[in-house]
Parts: sequence; structure tokens; C-alpha cells
Amino acid sequence: MARRILFITTDQQRFDALGCNGGTVARTPVVDSFAKEGIRYNRALPSNVVCMPSRSSMITGQHVSTHGVWMNGVTLPVDAPSIAADLWRKGFRTSLIGKAHFEPFLDPFALFTENTIATQGVETVMHKNADGTEEPHRGFEHLEFATHNAMGPLHYAQWIRANHPEGADMLYPIINRKLQVNEMGGGDTGAPQVKHNPMPREWYHTEWVADRAINWLSSQSDDDDMFCWVSFPDPHHAWDPPMSELHRVNWRDLELPAGYISDPAERERILSTKPAQWLAWYNGEFVSNFEAPAQWVPNTLTADQVREVNAMVHIENELIDEAIGRIVGVFKDRGWWNDTDVIFTTDHGEFQGDFGLLFKGPYHVDSLMRLPLVWRPAPSRVGVTTPTVVNTPVSLVSLAATFAHIAGLPQPAYVEAARLPLNDAESIELKHERVLTEWDSVLFGKIVSLRTITRGSWVCTATLPGSVHDGTDGELYNLVDDPLQHHNLWHNKEHRATRDDLLADMWDHLPERIGVRRECDAPV
Amino acid sequence: MGSVRRHAILDASAAVVWDFIGRPGALHEWFPITATRIEGDKRWITLPTGIVFEEDILLVDHDLRRFQYAITNNPLITNHLGTYDVVELTPSTCIVVYSTNVEPEVFALAIGAAAGEGMRFLEKKYGIPKNEGAR
Repeated sequence: MARRILFITTDQQRFDALGCNGGTVARTPVVDSFAKEGIRYNRALPSNVVCMPSRSSMITGQHVSTHGVWMNGVTLPVDAPSIAADLWRKGFRTSLIGKAHFEPFLDPFALFTENTIATQGVETVMHKNADGTEEPHRGFEHLEFATHNAMGPLHYAQWIRANHPEGADMLYPIINRKLQVNEMGGGDTGAPQVKHNPMPREWYHTEWVADRAINWLSSQSDDDDMFCWVSFPDPHHAWDPPMSELHRVNWRDLELPAGYISDPAERERILSTKPAQWLAWYNGEFVSNFEAPAQWVPNTLTADQVREVNAMVHIENELIDEAIGRIVGVFKDRGWWNDTDVIFTTDHGEFQGDFGLLFKGPYHVDSLMRLPLVWRPAPSRVGVTTPTVVNTPVSLVSLAATFAHIAGLPQPAYVEAARLPLNDAESIELKHERVLTEWDSVLFGKIVSLRTITRGSWVCTATLPGSVHDGTDGELYNLVDDPLQHHNLWHNKEHRATRDDLLADMWDHLPERIGVRRECDAPV
Repeated sequence: MGSVRRHAILDASAAVVWDFIGRPGALHEWFPITATRIEGDKRWITLPTGIVFEEDILLVDHDLRRFQYAITNNPLITNHLGTYDVVELTPSTCIVVYSTNVEPEVFALAIGAAAGEGMRFLEKKYGIPKNEGAR
């Protein structure tokens, strides 16, 4: 009996995107079915709230301080640990199809291997290890890349330019002429990064990723072990699903999200109780990172724009779910489904209007940190009771050890978190006591650093000295009493002992940075 | 304006290193580009992606061991100044410091990445002084 692992990721997807997590708009029956047959994690958190650091933690099983990808644009070293490489050495057929993003996109000097693989049209490249053995790039013998648009050399961009050249301009231009995230508004409301995209659905990257995954799966034998990572670029901005699908969710019918604070005065009051980067960004006075449009001021965001962005995201989430359904169909048709473990998650969240904000940045609240995570164990494996909901906070750092566990490998020595628990009782046995999330950004002299611990029902964030912090401010929330994180208890004397205990726990367990901080080689 | 800096500490004299990198027409020998062409005070460099940058050579100072150039006539890059210096540390060691200021600022990171590759090439070619260790 072959062991198969289907790892499905989205990009920038909120916990409440899924029906199984309480989402009431997007229909996600396929992923919901994974939860019905598996384990749904009620509080899964990333090591970092942007793509490259978080994805690097998925594959290495390490925290940011250890793998060293401390912000977008910092490359994960080619010789970094990779659970995919462990699986490949064990004989698994390995593939990653869709958005990888262990290396930067902007690459005029052709320095990064992902771009080179796509440019050369090869399945992978082999790297020589210190012992003289060779293994494929990050352990993947088959790589096909996509991102959110048709710019650059990646496979999807090449495909659409070659086969549907008019399609390249139908997608939203995610980067402007200054190479910054584009602030241009579109759709019905002028919301940034929204566009009515006339592209046929068949040309859209969600469909392309599923098509390419199905193509690779179709080439596999029934006898081989398999690790297939399908990585959808959506629902990350730009919010430009094919227009043919807009009928699914009419933004005019949407209720505003619970996290959106309608009264501007109350919104500003709440933001003013948080560390300085919050209100400063909201008012356009301090842009700390590349992941949001530098020229867009959040306090201009209207309620209708929030509705339209949310509608676009819901549509994109439905398209992803249907694409996953097509992939699952291949597993079922091949008779593989009973022997396949499926893990579904994302790399980080998205504000989607919470606090009057969009995009992401140095803001460690549920909007960006609480992620969908579902593990549907292979039904053929014994000893797993489903459906189960795990309420203990868990980290995406645990994914690498989880893949090793599924494959029957010992926990790799390089990982920094045990595998995902099968239930809350096992969370204690496996020592899932806390989740640590780090943020560092340096934007030409503008420096922001945060360190966060999530433990039990508490989330506590310390700011480190930087451009707008002196290291004394922070955030403390009780997630049970204050699920929207509107009441910052950091300076509340009643909670001083809790705060100090959490901070001591965090500093005791955060890995120390290894070596010299690597340079940032691109904005993303 | 985006500003970046990269450096390398090398186990070779400043004169030896400058003899190698102080030649504007030899940039492709240590920088991740594929070709360099010089005409008077103009230089054209070709990137591996096929992009060609036209540059003005602003300064080649063999006493300071400083080279300065600017990307020009470029539809994307509206302002640029690149500088590298070779500074003697001891009679047998030196530091190369490369810096660039550019608009749009984001492009500074890409140039910095290329300069970093250049610095790693120089470290391999000349070695790193023992007391500096490997980075």
C-alpha cells in the first residue's frame, strides 16, 4: 500500500474563509468534507504573517530565527532542511505545483533557482550535497510555479503569454511602475487591487494550478509513495477572479465583517490603544513593509470597498474549493483516496476590512494569524478518531514533523515542533504548549520587530525597539473575552502578571538567531 | 530613494583587488551579468535576463580606488548612483564596499542582490582573512 500525502495550501486566507470554520458566505464543501473526515484545528498560527518566512517554516519545520528568512525577499538557502527532501530520499515521488515562494520574484539578474527552473523549462535542478550525493531542488523532482499575475518568468506567466497573450493584461497589475504594490482601484467601488477580470475561468491561475497538478498525478504509478504540494496563489490580492464568477457573491448583499469597526471615531480610538505602527499605517503616516500599497492610505477605505473585497475573496475561495474537488476526483478515480492523507492550510491571513485595514503587515491579531488548518488522515490508517476538533493552539512549524510522521519517518532532528496532535489530549503529550510568531521588517531604514506568544486563550506581542517603538509597548488579548482583539490589556495592571509570565515563557523558548542576518534581495 | 550597501573583506591587498575590479569594462568577470561594453564614458551591461542597462561612468579614481556610475536613459530607473570603493585594511587585506542609491527604491534591493553575488565571488577569488571567518 503506497503512502500518499496531498498538501494543499492557499495564500493569505482567513480562518473564517471555510464553511467548516463558521464561514457563511463562500461554499467550500470539499475542504469541509476533509474536516468531517478528519481533524480541524481551531487555532492554527504561522511563524510569520507574510509568505516567504511562513512557507519556509512549513518546509523546514523551523522558526524564523532558525531558518533565517526573516522577511519577504530573503531567500531560503538552497541547502536549508526540507521535509520534501527527506521524503524524496525515502523514495517518495515529490512535486510542488503552484506558488512556492522560497525565493524572491523580482529577479532581473536571474539569481534565484525557482525563476531559473521556469526559464529553462526543466522539471527541477539537482544540487550536490556535502557528501557528494545529489538531490532535487528543495527535494521536489517536479516543480511548476505560479503566482498572482502574468508578470515574470514563472510557468503560469509563460503559459498564459504563450497560449492566451491577451489574458496577461486581463489580470490586475499587482505591481505598479515603481515596482510597488499597486494602489490602483477598480471594480465597482474603486477598492485597491480589485479588478473586473474578463478572463475566461479556464485561463485563471486557480484552474491552471489544478490542471497542472492533475497532469502530474496522471503520470504517477499506483505503487509509488507520493508527496504532492498543490499551492494556490489565491485568495491573496489582487482580487480579480474571472468576471464570469461574480454572480456567486454580490458585494451589495454582504454584511460587513464582524471585525470591521463602522464608526471611524471608535475605529481610531481602538487603533490608538495598540502599538504605534497600527494608527500610523491607518493614517498613511508610516508604511513599514512592501506587502501593502505604499501609496494607499487605509483610512480612505469605505464600507462598500470592504464589502467588494470580501465578495471577491469569497468567490476566489469557492473557485479554489472546486479546483480541489477536481484534484480529489483524480485520487478517487485512481483508487488512491483511502490511502491518502490530506492537509489543507494557508501561509497567513488577511485583514479584509478588520480594523478598517486591508492586506497584512506587522499586526499580530487573528485576522492575520488565525489560519484554516485541516488534516484528513488516510482512512486506511488505524488509530485516528474523526471528526475531531483540536482547540489547542498549534503552529505551522509542526507541518514538517507531521509529514514525516505520515511517511513513517522519525521526527527529523532539524525540526523545532512536534507533529500536529490528533486531539487535544495529545496536544499535551506532544508539548504543544505555545506558538511563537515573529515579525521583522526593514524598509530602507524603517524598522519594525514584533515577537508574539499564543498560549491557551492569550496572545501577547512584544514590540522591539525600532522606528516607531522603544520596546516598552505591546499587545495582550484574552481571546475568549475579546475575540476581536479590541481591548489591549498590555498596560492593564490587573493582567500584569499574566503578561509577564507570557513574555518570560516566550523569551525562554524563542530560538536565537543563527549566524549573520541574511540580506533582503527583493521586495517579495 | 532606495539605498543599499554590500561589502566583502578580502585576503588580498587593495592594489591587487583594485587592479581586478577597477576596470569598468571587466564588470562581467565578477558581477552576475553576461556582457559589458564600453564606449568612452558610456557603458552598457547585459543582464542574464537579457535586460540591458545604459550607464554613465562618472568616476574611475585609481588613487581613491573608487568607481562611480549611474544608470541612465532607462524608462524604469529615474535616478541612480552606484559606487564601490576598495579600502586598504592592512598591507595584505582590504574591504570592498558597494553601495547604490536608486529610484524606484525597490530596485535597490535587486541591485543589492547582484552586488551581494559579486561580493561572494570576490570572497571566493581572494579568500577571507582568517580572523574574519566565513559568513
